Amino acid sequence: MRKLASTADWMDLYQQAQNKLAHQRTLPTVYIGMGTCGIAAGAGEIEAIARQELRRHNLQANLIPVGCIGMCFKEPLMDIQLPGWPRVTYANVKPEAVPEIIQNHLLGGKIIEKRALGQLTEPGQQKNKTIPLPEYTELPFYQKQTRIALRNCGLINPEDIESYIAQDGYQALVKVLTSMTPEEVIEEVKNSGLRGRGGAGFQTGIKWEFCQRSPKTPKFVICNADEGDPGAFMDRSILEGDPHSVIEGMLIAAYAIGANYGYIYCRAEYPLAIKRLQIALDQARRYGLLGENILGTDFSFDLELYEGAGAFVCGEETALIASIEGRRGEPRPRPPFPAISGLWKQPSNVNNVKSYALTPQIILHGAEWFSKVGTPRSPGTAIFALTGQVRHTGLIEVPMGITLREIIYEIGGGIPKKKQFKAVQTGGPLGGCLPESALDTPVDFDSLVQAGATMGSGGMIVVDQDTCMVEFAKYFLTFATAESCGKCIPCRMGGQRMLEILSRIALGQGTLTDLDEIEYIARNMREASLCALGQLTPGPVMAALRFFRAEYESHILDKFCPAGVCQGMFRYEINTLNCAGCGLCIKPCPQQAIDGKKKEPHTIDQIRCIRCGVCYEVCNLNAIEIQPAHKQTAASEAG
Amino acid sequence: MSEETCDLRELEVLLETFQGKKYPVIPILQKTQSLYGYLPQAALRAISEKTGIALSQLMGVATFYAQFRLTRQGRHLIRICDGTACHVRGAPQNIEAVEDALNVPAGGTSPDYKYSMEIVYCLGSCGLAPIAVVNDQVYGKIDPKTFVEQLKKLE
Repeated sequence: MRKLASTADWMDLYQQAQNKLAHQRTLPTVYIGMGTCGIAAGAGEIEAIARQELRRHNLQANLIPVGCIGMCFKEPLMDIQLPGWPRVTYANVKPEAVPEIIQNHLLGGKIIEKRALGQLTEPGQQKNKTIPLPEYTELPFYQKQTRIALRNCGLINPEDIESYIAQDGYQALVKVLTSMTPEEVIEEVKNSGLRGRGGAGFQTGIKWEFCQRSPKTPKFVICNADEGDPGAFMDRSILEGDPHSVIEGMLIAAYAIGANYGYIYCRAEYPLAIKRLQIALDQARRYGLLGENILGTDFSFDLELYEGAGAFVCGEETALIASIEGRRGEPRPRPPFPAISGLWKQPSNVNNVKSYALTPQIILHGAEWFSKVGTPRSPGTAIFALTGQVRHTGLIEVPMGITLREIIYEIGGGIPKKKQFKAVQTGGPLGGCLPESALDTPVDFDSLVQAGATMGSGGMIVVDQDTCMVEFAKYFLTFATAESCGKCIPCRMGGQRMLEILSRIALGQGTLTDLDEIEYIARNMREASLCALGQLTPGPVMAALRFFRAEYESHILDKFCPAGVCQGMFRYEINTLNCAGCGLCIKPCPQQAIDGKKKEPHTIDQIRCIRCGVCYEVCNLNAIEIQPAHKQTAASEAG
Repeated sequence: MSEETCDLRELEVLLETFQGKKYPVIPILQKTQSLYGYLPQAALRAISEKTGIALSQLMGVATFYAQFRLTRQGRHLIRICDGTACHVRGAPQNIEAVEDALNVPAGGTSPDYKYSMEIVYCLGSCGLAPIAVVNDQVYGKIDPKTFVEQLKKLE
């Protein structure tokens, strides 16, 4: 294919992509979810077997690897689509089930109902009446979702630019280049109210305007794909599932601010995202969608992929810029903001992956369409990686304003194993946790901050009764402290001191004045740290102290960890009323500390027991209870 | 850091590919590491001489980012859990057996660079104690004799 030199060339390519899709639809198709998560669950083997089966049956069929559709809890996923029929998804596919699915469904046209999860009917396809499979939009996991940035993830082949073009990909770029001035593009993004999805929530259009008005040239466009929060994988899924949407968003931003060169800064821990981005960049370059005189206009832009080297702080924009410049990833004070003086001291625009991925849709459908989704002050959708103690873990995109309860209980399906919800952490290690009483908080930038957490980049970790809030805060603090770059003292020292105090509390050596000390350090870190890493490091501890103070006091006063996590601060006891003497706990105990006859309540030898918790996990009858290690009362200890 | 000899010819070829551009520090170090498996001091010196980037800047960057290693690793990474459950189930005996049989100190690398061993604390699989993870594969309920045999079989 030659480079596109005009909009007429573009129309040809668009037609060609549509034809290719139409032809593809005349053959049966197998889709396999091949994101990092799918591959970890065994999609590689599934694909190999499916390929082998297609060959064995000598079948004319497409085998298309797709990105992540978001249902991590159902991986590996395999979809079958027969010409003219809806696409049917099979979940938790085991290698031995693949030949059966291909034989019955692909060859025989019979859906294997017990293995099928749902179907996706597109306009013009026949409804399948014989087997009442739920539509994707009716599944609890998808019902409340609105997929804008994730619209293609899991549905198209991320390694084929024509798959993207067939779904109106690069249409927004064509619209911008042929009918809009840079000012009009900025106006449109401003009117949409889009706020940066990296976490801070700054108005994207205003950021672009600052950069556009900056007189110096050259200017740079940078995509922050250094997603470092533990438990977050939104950006990775977009880059793996729909990399062209990010490239298109960056092209539009570059046109708006007047940049001719850009960087995607992606963490090295995402090899698949890097591979697919590289393929996407090469394809876009081959068609002339990147390069000199794009579509015959005088707009030129090219992009370079830059691999991070493992530093959480490089998600901060000035540290990220330092890293591209080949220095230690240490932030610097702002102002000047990157829009005035960024990469190589030139005006630079840094946005998150999700912000760029949303941009083409805003341009294509208009600001008004976008601002109708979500809330007035936080328009559009929010993307979360829902993880932890929740039934349906995965990647979701929801309209802003949805409540935490809807996300956790309706989309997430609630807490597994009949356990109790305890807290939800949003905003990753720099966010905060919210308790049950805050579950009706609407999810948007301002409400979450008001409630005591932050929106962050999109990690959402749900924890149940078995999580100790001292240990939980300590975990995030350990992470943030280890990732402090060490440049400014409040962050470097404050995090360390706070971690020492928390470790003391977790060992049962804390005092009540320690809690005041934490608050004192937190205030100083917030006020005096150079960048968001230091300013927000106290967040998880402060939120935990605000909502779970009693648990901290229990550690300090009663030397009791009610969740049964902190070593030496609890013991396991068998509740003789609940114990049926089933013997399930005897064998797994690594210490042979449990004794008892069948059908009679068992006992735990407290001297041999090492509190590993294996018995607590295996017991189905709630017969293993967590009790204070020493039978002391709060009064005797405090007195 | 001990000075080791390493073949610098490949590095020169590598640096040629960056010529003409403003030398990008991190990509150069990443490519150098994939060449040698770590960043040998001699290579860092050679990069500094060739590119004019101060050795102090190279060291600063190499020590800042988690990805970079300044010592050579073994081909196989053995991580043995010595958390409480594994400890009481015999992790110390396993560690000792591996140290003796394969000549790899805990937290170090064997002289033939075949193995590196790390001690970790609780991998969350106490029911399979004692456990170890070798090159991302989990080995449960290990005992000194069979575990050492399994490790010896690795290429």
